[in-house]
Amino acid sequence: MRINCPYCGPRGNEEFAYLGDATVRRPDPAAEDAAAQFYEYVYLRDNPAGSHRELWYHGGGCRSWLVVTRNIRTHEISDVAFADAGDKP
Amino acid sequence: MKYSAFALLREAFRGHRGWTPAWRKAEPKPHYDVVIIGGGGHGLATAFYLATEHGITNVAVLEKGYIGSGNAGRNTTIIRSNYLLPGNEPFYEWSMKLWEGLEQNLNYNAMVSQRGVLNLYHSDAQRDAFARRGNAMRLHGVDAELLHRDGVRRMVPFLDYDNARFPIHGGLLQRRGGTARHDAVVWGYARGADTRGVDIIENCEVTGLSIVNGRVTGVDTTRGTIRAKKVAMAVAGNTSRVAALAGLRLPIESHVLQAFVSEGIKPAIDCVVTFGAGHFYISQSDKGGLVFGGDIDGYNSYAWRGNLPIVEDVLEEGMAIWPGLGRIRMLRFWGGLMDMSMDGSPIIDRTPVDGLYLNAGWCYGGFKATPASGWCFAHLVARDEPYPVAAALRLDRFATGALIDERGAGAQPNLH
Amino acid sequence: MSGTHRLQSGGLIDRGKPLSFSFDCESHAGFAGDTLASALVANGVKLVGRSFKYHRPRGIFTAGSEEPNALVELRGGVRREPNTRATVTELYDGLIAASQNRWPSLRHDIGAVNDRLSRFLVAGFYYKTFMWPAKFWELLYEPLIRRAAGLGRAAGAEDPDIYEKAFAHCDVLVIGAGPAGLMATLAAGRTGARVILADEDFRLGGRLLAERCEIGGRPAVDWVAEIEAELAAMPDVRIMRRTAVTGVYDHGQYSAIERVNDHVATPPEHEPRQRSWKIVAKRAVLAAGAHERAIAFGNNDRPGVMLAGAARTYVNRFAAAPGRRLAVFTNNDDGPRTAADAREAGIEVAAVIDSRTGARVTRVRGRHGVRLIDVADADGRTSTIECDALAVSGGWNPAVHLTCHLGGKPVWNDEIAAFVPGALPPGMTVAGAAAGALTLARCLGGGMTAGVTAAAACGFAIAAITQPRADDEGAAVTAMWHVKDSRGKAFVDLQNDVTTKDVALATQEGFGSVEHLKRYTTLGMATDQGKTANVLGLAILAQASARAIPQVGTTTYRPPYVPVSFGAMAGHHRGRDFRPTRLPPSHAWATEQGAVFVEAGAWLRAQYYPRAGEADWLKTVNREVAATRAHVGVCDVSTLGKIEIEGANAGVFLDRVYANTFSTLPVGKARYGLMLREDGFVMDDGTASRLAPERFFMTTTTAQAVRVMQHLEFCHQVLWPALDVQMVSVSEQWAQFSIAGPRSRDVLAKLVDADLGDAAFPHLGCREVTACGVAARLFRLSFSGELAYELAVPARHGDATIRAIMAAGAEFGITPYGTEALGVMRIEKGHVAGNEINGQLTARDLGLGRMMSTKKDFVGRVMAQRPALLDPERPALVGFKPVDGARRLRAGAHFLKIGAGATAENDEGYMTSVAYSPMVKSWIGLGVLRRGPERIGERVRAYDPVRNGDVEVEVTSPIFVDPEGARLHG
Repeated sequence: MRINCPYCGPRGNEEFAYLGDATVRRPDPAAEDAAAQFYEYVYLRDNPAGSHRELWYHGGGCRSWLVVTRNIRTHEISDVAFADAGDKP
Repeated sequence: MKYSAFALLREAFRGHRGWTPAWRKAEPKPHYDVVIIGGGGHGLATAFYLATEHGITNVAVLEKGYIGSGNAGRNTTIIRSNYLLPGNEPFYEWSMKLWEGLEQNLNYNAMVSQRGVLNLYHSDAQRDAFARRGNAMRLHGVDAELLHRDGVRRMVPFLDYDNARFPIHGGLLQRRGGTARHDAVVWGYARGADTRGVDIIENCEVTGLSIVNGRVTGVDTTRGTIRAKKVAMAVAGNTSRVAALAGLRLPIESHVLQAFVSEGIKPAIDCVVTFGAGHFYISQSDKGGLVFGGDIDGYNSYAWRGNLPIVEDVLEEGMAIWPGLGRIRMLRFWGGLMDMSMDGSPIIDRTPVDGLYLNAGWCYGGFKATPASGWCFAHLVARDEPYPVAAALRLDRFATGALIDERGAGAQPNLH
Repeated sequence: MSGTHRLQSGGLIDRGKPLSFSFDCESHAGFAGDTLASALVANGVKLVGRSFKYHRPRGIFTAGSEEPNALVELRGGVRREPNTRATVTELYDGLIAASQNRWPSLRHDIGAVNDRLSRFLVAGFYYKTFMWPAKFWELLYEPLIRRAAGLGRAAGAEDPDIYEKAFAHCDVLVIGAGPAGLMATLAAGRTGARVILADEDFRLGGRLLAERCEIGGRPAVDWVAEIEAELAAMPDVRIMRRTAVTGVYDHGQYSAIERVNDHVATPPEHEPRQRSWKIVAKRAVLAAGAHERAIAFGNNDRPGVMLAGAARTYVNRFAAAPGRRLAVFTNNDDGPRTAADAREAGIEVAAVIDSRTGARVTRVRGRHGVRLIDVADADGRTSTIECDALAVSGGWNPAVHLTCHLGGKPVWNDEIAAFVPGALPPGMTVAGAAAGALTLARCLGGGMTAGVTAAAACGFAIAAITQPRADDEGAAVTAMWHVKDSRGKAFVDLQNDVTTKDVALATQEGFGSVEHLKRYTTLGMATDQGKTANVLGLAILAQASARAIPQVGTTTYRPPYVPVSFGAMAGHHRGRDFRPTRLPPSHAWATEQGAVFVEAGAWLRAQYYPRAGEADWLKTVNREVAATRAHVGVCDVSTLGKIEIEGANAGVFLDRVYANTFSTLPVGKARYGLMLREDGFVMDDGTASRLAPERFFMTTTTAQAVRVMQHLEFCHQVLWPALDVQMVSVSEQWAQFSIAGPRSRDVLAKLVDADLGDAAFPHLGCREVTACGVAARLFRLSFSGELAYELAVPARHGDATIRAIMAAGAEFGITPYGTEALGVMRIEKGHVAGNEINGQLTARDLGLGRMMSTKKDFVGRVMAQRPALLDPERPALVGFKPVDGARRLRAGAHFLKIGAGATAENDEGYMTSVAYSPMVKSWIGLGVLRRGPERIGERVRAYDPVRNGDVEVEVTSPIFVDPEGARLHG
């Protein structure tokens, strides 16, 4: 696979480390049902046979965490973005 | 028809006209006591043991392709029971015991061959970790031997002992480990189940689960609706997709694992050897091909194929322990879909839906588990309680923390 | 003249360069430009191998990489290569080849008895027998089967040749240099695109080299030469001969193997034998041609039976006559063409049996070579024809393989009675015969269009090019798969000895799915991957099961396209270069000291420093420990992960990634930190030091350095991007030395320009200093439990610094110590390390539960509270001493109550680390024991059956030395 890192350009997937589903959000640890929420966050995955937003780390390059949108049936990548893009000015 | 040397002789003299299909091409009936989704080794073994151990024969096994088309037909055929943790070890040892009598039980030669599984270690810390595992096995009454370098050298003299980046210090040997002919396991269980009345329905994909008041009542398939008192899922690789039909989210990701075979060569290696400073395992089939593999590709995939970095990695690791492989050619490699669970261990349990049972999360080790998985799943489905050796393989362990994490890798499937 | 069957003239061989070679110890002659197969043909050698199961005599069947029969052991000794296809082996002077899978000789092979027993050895026979008695499988049956199986013999020793890997990037990759590939390359090359043309042959031209045909009114080989010259002059076109593209991967990656020096006896010095390429291409044109297929009829495997296209190759390209009297069996116009080419070359043509007229060959006679063929015509009249070679053409199968590597399924085409590419990998187009275009004109036109289109897709403007004139006659194939009234075995898969009867039996037994057929009969699983067999097999399966061929479908085409050596894929990653070796800054110095080194992950670290006269490693380690505890020792700890963390929120950030609190840490102080995974288990430990209000320096364990860095970036970029914090790994930038022992301050005082008094620089202090004239950092940290410091200098000064430390410490008796002594001292102090932080234990298990802050959020906080993690029955960390002080402890032992049986139910935990303590004067251990901290003083068994160990031990505190920590201070 080749991932088009927005900082480094297209690179082989051997430069990246994979983490998994990018859609799960770390819950509020103070929530009343924090234990249940954390169980879902840490363990449960949709694992869909289609479009998948997922986290990759460009450890062999710019050290960015990226959100890659990839069809996991075909491996076709439709989008790559910085994971923290939404929160940076 | 019973298989034997005599039957073969008889048929040889009459042009082999007497052989009948190993299993019927059954048409779905409207109702079954148990519908098993998944005609792989685990599903077929479950059907076989439902029939033989529990007398439940009004059973259908639904397979979306041909039987054995998933991981049962694309693995590296290793069988072993060299696990560390008490949640796993008795289960895999029960599997080994079932392997040991399988051919006679099935009347089918699945070529179960106990030529030994040798895990190499390359450091003092790894030796001690292997000792911990070997001792755990011994406490479970399972054979395990810790070999020093010389002992390893006597067994497999052709490995690299003198020039390795990670020198071989020794190995953990389970002599009762070995290999089995994967396709024959599928066919043997299919034939055995079929003979006892189970319907094996190929090219029948489940498209929906009927659930009424929290209880499963049947399945929708590409060959019509089938009612069932109980539905048992054994669809490793596709578990999340089938479970989603019942609205379940699971602690599972689908990953691709590649496996490899070389051109056939004259006998070169007798046992199974694994490399401890990486992830590589190799054995030689009775046909002469070296069968080997390594790590999963490491990303979610339903594509039944992998990519080049792991291919290179696996062949590098092969050369690292066995430099004589240089001029041997890899003939073919392929990918299978792994149900990677969040702690690296399987799940055999009920689900929140009454009458719906789950057999999943086999990671890349499901083949060796086939007999015990079928045995324990059949017991669970028939009696609604776990068979003792599989009692730890619960779905709620992720919530309670009673994990079975052999590698200590945590909640990240691609690290297991 | 070399060879009895060498034609007087013609061919693309260099008659001025005679070569000699041997096959099965018999010497022969050939010419440069020959393959081993063509040279054997030219020498009249018909029998070249034995089949897998029945050991049937076999001859050369094809002229390419699809060869199922002519497999030899090439070269000898440590360079022996089993299963090498003679058809793609370029002849070189002195080539040595031997036949395989036969004993005692190729002509007289005992294994051929299997052919006599074949009625018992039908498809799947082994599944039905060898079951009684059960014990005999491993003892008798399987060893016999294994001995009989396999083909050639591996060399059995290390491969002396080298291999390498290379990368290439291009706009357009053209795969195959036949008419379509050459036109595609020309069309794309003229646009200025970067083009790579790869072909597995050593000569460009593909089928054009093997056919008598014209392009633009001139012989095709002249046209090839002209195109080759034009391509060679293009700076952005790279021609890769002897390079087989073997696999297609996601997003335009292709793997290829270049056989750099397989055409010489041994590679020149420093040159690789083969090179493995990773090619990244924006577009690819697959012009891989087609494979001719056989027809199943009686004894269609006899030496001398050959595919018609291969016969033309031997005649036209290699000037080698497959026989003196050739018969042709065909279902298409390639048959007459073969006969014409043979006659042109002066070979007698005995007959053309054209199935389109209803004629067929029912049997071949002649065990070691064709002598006679039995023929029947449409009316059933039979005759016998004398001939010594039979060319067979059953039509052509486009080489669709690479189109399927990403999951594409080929589709059936009735016109050519073959599968053609279906859905293609993104960026790939197919041209020429691979696309099912089986005329020369269509190959040229298709190639041109594909080349133009591919270059245009990469943004290159179309350049002038015209399609040269060529023949557009198709072969008019009428499918003919199996001669039903055959006598004798009719083979489908030659190498694996799968016959039409096996296919029928498999169908009868219910193995009618094409995948089941393959698995049950082994059809298509031989070294040729069924290139000549698969389509024939499934056509016969379709007939046997009354289905149409498209309904039957194909098995999956898997990479690699042709078999690939381990060596090529491993490249230089073998032996000591399997993985990079990381060397700490003191490595050269340690080597001078005679240190013994040990692998620690990627690092090579000094394990201990033996001195003359020390009997064993234990003596050395004891000395190092004793000297450090009594005086002073030094150890390179540069392998620790080191991370610089800066920003206004750096303290808050550390609070969230560590279980304990760091935001309150004063500047100039260091603190031990415990890091959890989000699932609540311990991930790593280390220290963080506050160098400035917004600047921290973190250390991690050596093993987890990479993972922790990744984790911190995750926590920042994914979990808390709003925090103002940046981090960078500086593991490589700092050399770091631990100087430990009562005299450590005295040593450092000579090196560092700072007040090291306890008041100015207390335990857990940190500051920036100048050491040996270099800006350095000093930490008062102790892993050994002694008064100790860690001195960090820029890595390039590491070597000088260790020497300076040793010089400064000489008067105090400074002793270098390695990882063993380091381990002994940390076990004596009960500090956990990698053996305890094994991913399966919690902070509470390790006695560190109180480090988990209750006042803040941190990674792992919530999940660490799960009931099973709080279970008081969990094994927890304690120390152990043998009751008999002379006994040795071993890590990995399990704990049992005294008197309890050795069963899993009684298993109470395990030993994680052990060491011989010169302070305690016995072996000591750390381990986790059920309710361990409540059982101090109790005795248990440390049970270690895999090493015959069973030691009674006393449960102790995990801290064996200086439990009050007095040595740390003052």
